[in-house]
Formats: sequence, structure tokens, C-alpha cells
Amino acid sequence: MDDEYVLQMQHITKNYGSNQVLYDVSISVKPGEIHALMGENGAGKSTLMNILFGMSMIHSTGGYEGTVLINGEEVKIMSPQQAMEAGIGMVHQEFMLIPGFTVTENIKIGREITTPTIASLVFGKDLEKLDRKKMAQDARQALNTIGMDIDENTRLGTLPVGYMQFVEIAREIDKTGVKLLVFDEPTAVLTESEAERLLEVMRMISSKGIAIIFITHRLREVMDTADSMTVLRDGECVARRTISETNEIEIAELMVGRKIEKLVDDSVKTYDLAGSRVAVSIKDLVVDMPSERVRNVSLDILEGEIFGIGGLAGQGKVGIVNGLMGMYPALGEITVMGEYLELDKLGDAIHKGFAFVSEDRRGVGLLLDESIENNIVFNAINIKKEYLSNFGITKLINTRAIRRHAQEMIRILDIRCTGPQQKTGSLSGGNQQKVCLAGALTLNPRVLMVSEPTRGIDIGAKKLILEYLVKLREKEKTTIIIISSELAELRSICDRIAIVSDGRISEILKPDASDADFGLAMSNLRVGGDQK
Amino acid sequence: MIEQKSSNAYVKDLLLNNSVVILFVVLCVGSFFVSGTTLNYLLPELFIRISRNTFMVLSLLIPVVAGLGLNFGIVVGAVAAQIAVFWVVYWGFSGFTGILLCILICTPLAVLFGYGVGALFNRMKGSEMIGGLVMGYFFDGLYQLLFLYIIGGIIPVSNPTMIIAGGIGVKNTIDLMGNLKYSLDNVPMIAILDVVFWIVIILTSIQLIYRLIKKQELRLKKALLVLSLAVIIYALSYVPALSSFLSTDRLLLLNAIELGVLATCIYNIFRIIRRRKEYETTGLPKKELLYIAVALAAYAITYIPVFESAFVAVRLPVLTYICIGGLCVFMSWFLNTRLGQNMSTVGQSRTVATSSGINVDRTRIIAMIMSTVLASYGQLISLQNIGTFSTYGAHTQVGQFAIAALLVGGASVHRATTKQAVLGVILFHTLFILSPLAGKALFGNAQIGEYFRVFVAYGVIAMALALHAWRSKK
Amino acid sequence: MNIMKKGLQSFGLPRIIIICFFLLLFVLAGVYQMDVQTLLGDVLRRWAMYGILVLAMVPSIQCGIGPNFGLTIGISGGLVGALVSIELRDLGFYVSFDSNPRLSMLVGILVAIILALLISSIMGIFYGLLINRVKGSEMTVSTYVGFSIVAFMNMMWLLLPFKSSTSIWPLGGTGLRNTISLDENFSRVFNNILGFYIGRTYVPTGMIIVFLLTCLCVWLFTRSRSGVIMQAAGANPAYAKAAGINVDKMRIIGTTISTALGGMGIVCYAQSYGFLQLYNAPLMMGFHCVAAALIGGASIGKARILHVILGTFLFQGMIAVALPVANQILPESSLSEVFRIIISNGIILYALSKAKEEIR
Repeated sequence: MDDEYVLQMQHITKNYGSNQVLYDVSISVKPGEIHALMGENGAGKSTLMNILFGMSMIHSTGGYEGTVLINGEEVKIMSPQQAMEAGIGMVHQEFMLIPGFTVTENIKIGREITTPTIASLVFGKDLEKLDRKKMAQDARQALNTIGMDIDENTRLGTLPVGYMQFVEIAREIDKTGVKLLVFDEPTAVLTESEAERLLEVMRMISSKGIAIIFITHRLREVMDTADSMTVLRDGECVARRTISETNEIEIAELMVGRKIEKLVDDSVKTYDLAGSRVAVSIKDLVVDMPSERVRNVSLDILEGEIFGIGGLAGQGKVGIVNGLMGMYPALGEITVMGEYLELDKLGDAIHKGFAFVSEDRRGVGLLLDESIENNIVFNAINIKKEYLSNFGITKLINTRAIRRHAQEMIRILDIRCTGPQQKTGSLSGGNQQKVCLAGALTLNPRVLMVSEPTRGIDIGAKKLILEYLVKLREKEKTTIIIISSELAELRSICDRIAIVSDGRISEILKPDASDADFGLAMSNLRVGGDQK
Repeated sequence: MIEQKSSNAYVKDLLLNNSVVILFVVLCVGSFFVSGTTLNYLLPELFIRISRNTFMVLSLLIPVVAGLGLNFGIVVGAVAAQIAVFWVVYWGFSGFTGILLCILICTPLAVLFGYGVGALFNRMKGSEMIGGLVMGYFFDGLYQLLFLYIIGGIIPVSNPTMIIAGGIGVKNTIDLMGNLKYSLDNVPMIAILDVVFWIVIILTSIQLIYRLIKKQELRLKKALLVLSLAVIIYALSYVPALSSFLSTDRLLLLNAIELGVLATCIYNIFRIIRRRKEYETTGLPKKELLYIAVALAAYAITYIPVFESAFVAVRLPVLTYICIGGLCVFMSWFLNTRLGQNMSTVGQSRTVATSSGINVDRTRIIAMIMSTVLASYGQLISLQNIGTFSTYGAHTQVGQFAIAALLVGGASVHRATTKQAVLGVILFHTLFILSPLAGKALFGNAQIGEYFRVFVAYGVIAMALALHAWRSKK
Repeated sequence: MNIMKKGLQSFGLPRIIIICFFLLLFVLAGVYQMDVQTLLGDVLRRWAMYGILVLAMVPSIQCGIGPNFGLTIGISGGLVGALVSIELRDLGFYVSFDSNPRLSMLVGILVAIILALLISSIMGIFYGLLINRVKGSEMTVSTYVGFSIVAFMNMMWLLLPFKSSTSIWPLGGTGLRNTISLDENFSRVFNNILGFYIGRTYVPTGMIIVFLLTCLCVWLFTRSRSGVIMQAAGANPAYAKAAGINVDKMRIIGTTISTALGGMGIVCYAQSYGFLQLYNAPLMMGFHCVAAALIGGASIGKARILHVILGTFLFQGMIAVALPVANQILPESSLSEVFRIIISNGIILYALSKAKEEIR
């Protein structure tokens, strides 16, 4: 009986259709150990945890290969309920708490202690009475275990956000037989002192023999708190280390480094930027976008430059463009070709020559129920009043011109469809992205901002789109800003790449900078210092 | 630590949160004085309406707790009751047996309907209220189909008093006098006492036996206390003076208030003594003393001639009020069971409930079933009190007025308590009675008053829905 | 087989049931040897007179507030417009047209429509402002605001200082009548313009032309820049915001147009019916119009003019035929009314239960 490890996941492989998300991943955790699970977005961390928790999205898409052992015994976890019974708990990023209930009630949701009543004898266990005294006692005990002195009878809604997470932890501990707790990016929404507190609590829990899997990007926290770690990259397990044997730079390199595929021929990149004026000047941009807060960003982007913005999820790179386009409240001094941009005026960016292709194709990027042609020309109609023809005193849409233009774009970008009248909702992800791009290009913008241009697109289409962007810059001198979490594509066509970390520009690097430089720039955080 | 709000801010908050209730109190008081009517007219009318409608309004609480919002579909429960009433009257039953038979018939029907509505609501999570509203109209259509064409047309019936000449379809009004009218109201107090006595004996015995079998602590002392109390009260009821008092079926409001005052004082004194003994607390027991003071004040009021004459004019049907009281007690007991707590959880957040292993769909359906069954009982109470069964109209505005009443009491789409329900019924129906009178006094046209009260009912619902939408956006 | 099944699914089972039911009614009419030609004329008449009211659903669904259950707001505005037109006649406003009674009536209704559009538009703007504050609960709030307005107008009908003898109760009564005859004013005026008989079927050409012209205007609007923008705001507010569109403003525009159409629609309806119906008569009209649009193929999130034309024909046509047929089967019954309740509410329920599948 291999009792040494409380959890072993061995040779886990998972495909979503033809998309391989995990390949031969193994992870082992000893009792009382704090094990960090690291990796970039899309590396496979969430999928691995979903498998551990028996989430339905795993089973409804064909299950997984590999074995999961708990205390040496193989288990097949098919539901969150089963995971709980097996002793696995999870502290989610979005708290599973009810503000209207008391702390005790929250700790005991779904597991209330009850005593039988006359009614329950007849109608079943559901009508047993709540034993509030015992529940409060249990809650008190759980709270004491993690060193929280909040009154278990207070309503949760009156507590500060930082405390709520502790209540969630208390709930997991209260579950009998909990052997392993998973913390999913727990410090993401906490203040510095709250985060410190949390790490202390984690150490306290682990000292009681409960193992912890700690999912995070924050290298400093890992170095301070974890005992060992596993790094995932592109669905594969690239390293397993004990913390004492490694350092931040090595971890950063492991997370980021990969063989760079030449996505674009070198010969295409011959654009000379010397002497170009500043196209977009950003000074002290602050954006209030809930998950991608921008604290202070200043950039100068040259005309005709292909400028990349990279960084980990949640660090603010997506917030920059959303703020510029007016989707979220923003402050700052922005000029476009010398013209001042009014951030609080909705649509000012579009009117001043920006076009934006969002990363959220289906949500923000397209009208799914409308045809390809209508999607492509929408903004041209809306902003530039093009594609309209006179009809008495009013102007109506000019279907013929629209169709002609749409067919042109379909040809240029190789959009696979049944025709310009097909509804965009029925296109594949990659082709939807092309329609979004076509829509932006139809505006003949001075500055084109593309967020995650090739996410979910096959390699052939990737090359096509990236090459098209380079050609566009050459022909039209369009300034192109690309936001992407795939460093490879940024490094293949950008002139410069800014890495955003914790809402600020961490570093602006040339594409040929070392992997370690990129890795460190991305993991640069305030907890503990080491600011560059 | 949470700071103490300044008393100014506290008062302001209080006013804002209870604005609807305050508005209504102002309207009621205003209408009372404008209309020039007397308490002697108002109070009896009011208490009749309270006895008729409170049960139904209380049936709206469970869906609110379970997150289904305002149950516009309680019409469905009313329909179940009406189907039962028709058949019971047709078969010639009357009195208490009649109403018991009604309950027997309408319960399974209400369970079936409630299940259907609940299942439908699960398919339209987020639009339950508009769904319930439309469902109510839809059911009305089916009901009319049943009563106008199927009864008589397909199901053979013959009864010239109930069926339209021609043999097909039920008449517009069915007179319940002589069969179901007051069947619940007329149950004398002594009968109730008898039944309660036997129930207490049986339940206590069952408890003792259960504990014996399970080898648990017998708690003999408490059981004996309960039993002896029951026997004493039962024996007292044989005393001639009390016996004649108890053999009536109506209680004068005056007497009810006196009894209430007595009970409150005894209960609170008991609590003070127990507190002192068990917890050895020192200092004034503020809450209990407050209750006693209020009770004594109420008693003092009954000596003022204006009030005394009004209170004597009101005769309360005891069993009905006991049912209403019983439902209130049931509510607070139910919310303290596992099922009740699950419903609260589901109502607050379906995601949290699911991740805690609660079967959200099943819980919502149970909530709907309970609400529909209670609504059907509420309709039975209402019909047996009115005494005439308006076949095609009795159920149509039931839902809207009940919901309006609940909202007037200060409830919202998210939160409703028993107190709010009772307060709402009192305020809403006071305005209901006074509006036409005020209209006549102000505009010389009682009709305006009637339209005004309908406007108020709709308006209050529109306002509550708007507020709910506005708040949930923040 | 699969194609058939898929086509059936997208077409909708309730729609098929209703079409079959409609055809069945015609068959029954034939069986009972009823005057099918006159019936057909009734169908055409009801189709044309309800059309604009149902058309009001299109701008409201397209701008994103869902079906306009609060159509009664616009209807109330329209009724006020009509009443003022009647008052003006009594005050001698149309004296110059006295030589040509037909023309006089036409002017009367045009004045009514202009007033209706004005009043309803203003009401629509306020209604739109309210609806913008209750995003997510538009249907329930609009239903009850609509009911409240009807109840409020009930009081107003008793209090407003109308004086025309056509409108108010004669000696001894206060306030406006429940039903006001339009014979002196504009009864049937649209129906009779260019109207003709095919056999015993009367075709109310004038009203049909007005209806179709209004449809055309709405259609042209949807193909204008503002219309395109409004539809985008309704289909995907996030998309519209990213394009710099003021979604709230678009919703108000859609709501206002919808309410205005409601006002115009009730005037057209009244002229065909011959009477203005006040008090609680319009209470459930919103629901019937929603049902008609849904039957024609619209859904909670999507509506086209074709849906309106088809749906009104099916729904109103079915009622037009059902009443006399039901009378043949069961004399003196209100069977058709019962079926109308069941069918209209049934289709709304169906649409609501399917709405969740159309996640935007």
C-alpha cells in the first residue's frame, strides 16, 4: 500500500474533441504538504482540477485517461459530491457563499445537523429540525482551527470580503475526513495583508496534516509558502521540483519557455520604423475592469508599429484595450495622432480611428443571429455612415454594395462559409474570428487593436491572419496593437512587446529577448518586493 | 467593528425601508377620516376579510423563500379548491363533513397542479413571475372549459340549481348556504378543545413510546407537565360557566383581546422566571417587560367606549383564526427544518445550493406544491365564509389581491415574513373597505374609490417589481 | 426524415396545432353549411384592424425589451387622442368639411391618429425611461405598469372634463361612457375606402392599405441606419456598446415607437369596430397582441414584420371563425372566448419556456 502520498494523479490525458488539453500529466502530493501547481493560461491546470473534482464537463466530453489514487487506493470520482466524500475540498475563486446567511449557516450549507421530529418520522429526514446549537459549536471549532475569531452568528454580508474566504476555508475543514484542499488563485482578490493572512492560514492547515494544492502565478508566494511544485505547460508536465531545490528564475523559464515556431517568415518583417511619429500616446491610464484592473500604464506606440501587449490573465492587458474603447470606466491622457481621446465619451475611440477586435467573439464581437455581411459592414454603417443609399428623404442600407464588399473580405481572409448570408453563429471559431477582423478592417482604421487574434484557430489560419496583419501594416501604414497570451505569436511579428503585470507595464522587450526575461517580467508581483 | 449609526441616519433608513407600509398607513388613516365612517362599521368588515384572506396570503411566503418570487400562479390552487367545492355540493354533503371532504379532494388535485407548475417554472428559471401570471390565465381558460362544457357536456350531471338550463355548464353562482357556508367558521370552541386535547395526549404518548423503544432519555417530567396541563384545561371546560362560553363558535373581539392580553402576560412572566432560574441573568428583562406593557395598554384601550363598542361588534370565527395562527406557527417551524433551510439556500443562490449537493429542481417543485396546496385551503376558507360561490369569478383576482396585500405589508420579491403578510392583509383590506366610502365623500362618486383601490393593487405590484429589478441590478 | 423533424422543431409544434385548428374550423363551417364567404370577410376585417396593434411588438422586441405586455399604455394614449378628436367635432373644428361627410370623417380620424401618436409617443418616452431601469424584468414590470395605467385611466375617465354628448353619460351620469359610438365620427371610414365585394366577402381595402403602409414604414425604419443600430442594441447590448452605441437610448426609441403604434393601432381598431371601448376593455389586449406575434413566428428575442402579418391573420382569423362555429355547436356559449384564452396564453407559455434556449 503506497501510503506515502495522499493524492496521486498518474498519466492523466484529456481531449476535448480533437483538442488535446492534457497529455500524460502526473502530480503527487504528500499529506501535510503544500504543493504549488503552476503554469500559464491554457496550460491545463483548471482541467486537471476539474478531473479531480468529478465535474460533469469532463464526463460529458468523453472522460479522461489515467488513474487517480487517494491514499494509495484507486478512485473514480464522477461528481463533486463524491469528491467531497473522498476527502477532497476546494476553495473556489468565486466564493460559494450566501451573504444573507450567518457564518454558521454558511459553514454548514447542505450538511446541517438535525434532530428527528414527529413529522420527520412520517415524512422523512427532510423534516428534521435544525440543531443550531451543535452547528454553532462545529462552526466555532472550524474557525478556531484557522485562527479566526469572528463571531459565528454574524451575517456573512456584514463581513469584509477578505474574511469571506476564510469562512469558505472553514467550511471545507469542517467537512469530516478532509484530506486535501485545493486553493484556486486564492490571493487574486485579496489585499496585501489579507494575502499574508491567507498564507499563514494555509500553513496552519497543512501543519494539521491536510495536504494543499495551491494554484497560483505568484512566484513570491510559491517560494515563501510551498513545499514542492509542479509546472504545466501546454498540457504537459514539464517539471516537478521541491522548492528548496529551485529559484524564481528557473520557475519563470519553465513556465514560459518553449521552442518558438516560426509563424511568419523573416523576410516579411522588413519594416523600418526609424523616423515614424508617435501614433498612440498613453499616459497614466487607469481602467476599472473587474478582473483585469489597470493601475497605471504609460506607452508610446509609433505609427506603423506592430506593438504587442502580453502578460498573464488577470494582470490587466485586456483591461488596457477595453478602457481605450470605453467598455469600462477609465482615466488617463490618450492622444491619437495628436488628437485627444475622450475616454468617458462612448465610442470616441472608434470615431477617432480605432478599430477593435475583441477576444470575446461570441459575446462582444459578433451579432450571432445576423449574416456575415451584416456583421462585416455594421460599424461602417454605424460610424462612417457608409453602405447607405438615398431613398427619398432617408438613407437605407445598400444591400448590393454590402454583398460585394462581404464577398471581397471572404475571399481575402479565406472565410469558410456557405456565403455572405450565412449566420455567423453557425461558423467555426476561427472563421468567426475572421469575420470580426473583416469588420474591423472595413473601417480602414488608423489603429487596429486585436485581442487574442488567433485563439482557438488552427495553425494554417493562424499564419494567414498574422501574415495579413504584417501586409496590412506595410501597405496602409496601419498601427497594429496585438494583445495576446501566446508569447509565440507576439514574438513572431511584433516590433516591441510590453509585458503587463499587476496592472502596470512590467517591461518592454524586443521579441528576441530571453525566455527568462519574459518569464520574470510576467511573474513580477508586489507581494514581497523584487520590483524591477 | 461596525459603527453605531447616528440616530438620524437610523431613522432615515427605517423610513426608507418601510416606505410602502408607512404610505399605506397614511392612506388608511386619511381615508378613514375623509369617509366619515365609524370603527363599528370598519372593524367587523375588516375582521371578516382578514379571516377570509390571510391564509391565502400566507401561502405566498414559501415561494418567496425558495427564490421563485411572487407566486402569480396561486390561482391554480384556488381552482383546485373550486373543483372540490363543486363536486362536494353536487353530491349533497354539507357542514364539517362537507369541508373535510373538500380538503380530501382538493389536496391531491393541488399537489398535481403544483407539481405541474413547479416543473414548468424549472424550465423558465428567471421568468417565473411572468410565467406564473400567464399560467394563471391559461388555467382559468382550462377551468372555464371544464366548468362550461365538460361538466354537463361530457360528464353527465343533472341538478337544476347548479347546472345551466340546457344541461351543459355550471351556473354563474352557486349558493353555499345550507351546505358549506360557515362549515369551518361554525365549529364550536368546545369541539376544537376536545380534538386538541386528544391530539396532545396521543402525540405525547407516541413520543414517550418512541423514546422507550429507542432507549433514549425519557424526559418524563416535561411530558407529565404537558399531560397534566392538558387534563386540567379539559376538566375546566366542564365547568358550567365556561362550558356555555365555549360552546359558541364565535369569539367577540373584546374577549379575544382579553384572552390575548392574559396569555401574553402569563407567557412573558413565565419567561422572566425561567430566565432568572436557568441563566441567572441580572438586570431588567427589557423585551418581556415591553410585551407586558403593550398588552396592558391594549387592555386599557378596551375600556374606551368607542373601542369597546367596536370590539363587541366583531365576532371572530375561532377555528378559522386557529388555522391562520396554526399556519403562522407552521411557517416558522418549517423554516427551521432541513427542507426549509434548503429552500432558503436555493432561494438565495442556486449555484451555491447545487455545489452543496442540494437538488435545486426538486426543492423548487416541493415549494410550489406546498404553496399550491395551502392556496387551495385558503380558497376553501374564503369560499365557506363568503357563502356564495361565484363560479367564474372567484379565482380570477385572488392572486393579484393576495400578492398586493403581501407587498403592502412590506414584503418584497426576495423576502417575506409572516408578520408582513398579516400586516399587509390588515392594511390592504382596510383601504379596500374605505376607498369607495372616501371616494363618495371626496368626489361624490363611490366608483372612483373602487377604481382607486384596483389602481393601488396593481400599482403596488408594479412598484415592488420595479424596485426588485432596480435593486438586483446594483 | 431528419430534415422534416428539424423543420418541425423550428416551426414549432404550437404553430402547427393552431394552423390545423384553424383549418378544422373552416371545415366545420362548411359542414354546418355556414356562410363561409361572409366568414372570410370577417377574417380579413379582423386581420386588418388588429394588425397595427400587433405590429407594435416588432420595435419593442427588436430593441431588446421583449414583447410589449404594457401595450395598454399606448392604447390609453390612443383613446385619449380619439376622444379629443370627438370633442373637436362638437366644437366645430371640422365645419369646413361639412359638405362632404366622408371627408369630414376622414379628417376626424386623421386628427385622432395624429393626437394619438403624439400623446402615446410622450408616454412611450417615460415608459422607456422606466423600462431601462428594470433590465431583466421588463416583461413583468411592463405587465403591471400596463394594468396600473388602465386602472388609473378608469379613474380619469370619470374625472376628465369631456363634454361631447357622444362621449359622456346623458343626464344624471358622471364621466365617460363604457362604449362610445363612432357613427358620427369615423366609424368604418378606412374600411370603406375602396372597399369592394367578392361575392359575399367584403374586402376592407382602405384599412388593409393603411395597415400595409404602416408595415412598410416600420420596415423602412429597420433598414435605415437608426433601425440597424437599434436592432444591434437589442440583439447584443455588449456588441453595441463596443461599437459606441448608446444602448439605453436605442431602447427608449424602440419603446416609444412601439407605444406610438399602440396608440395609432387602437384608433384603427376602433374605427373598424365602430365603437371606442373604455375602462377595463383594453386590459388584456397586450397579451392578445403578444400571442398573435408569437403565433406568427416571433419569439421573445426576435421579431419580423412577416411574423406580425402571418400571426395576426392566424390568431384573429381563428377567433373570427371560431365564434360563429362554436355558436352552431353549442348555441349561446362563449366557447370561442375560452379557446382564445387557452390558446393565447398557451402560446405565450410555450415561448417563455423556450426562451432560455435562445441564449444571447
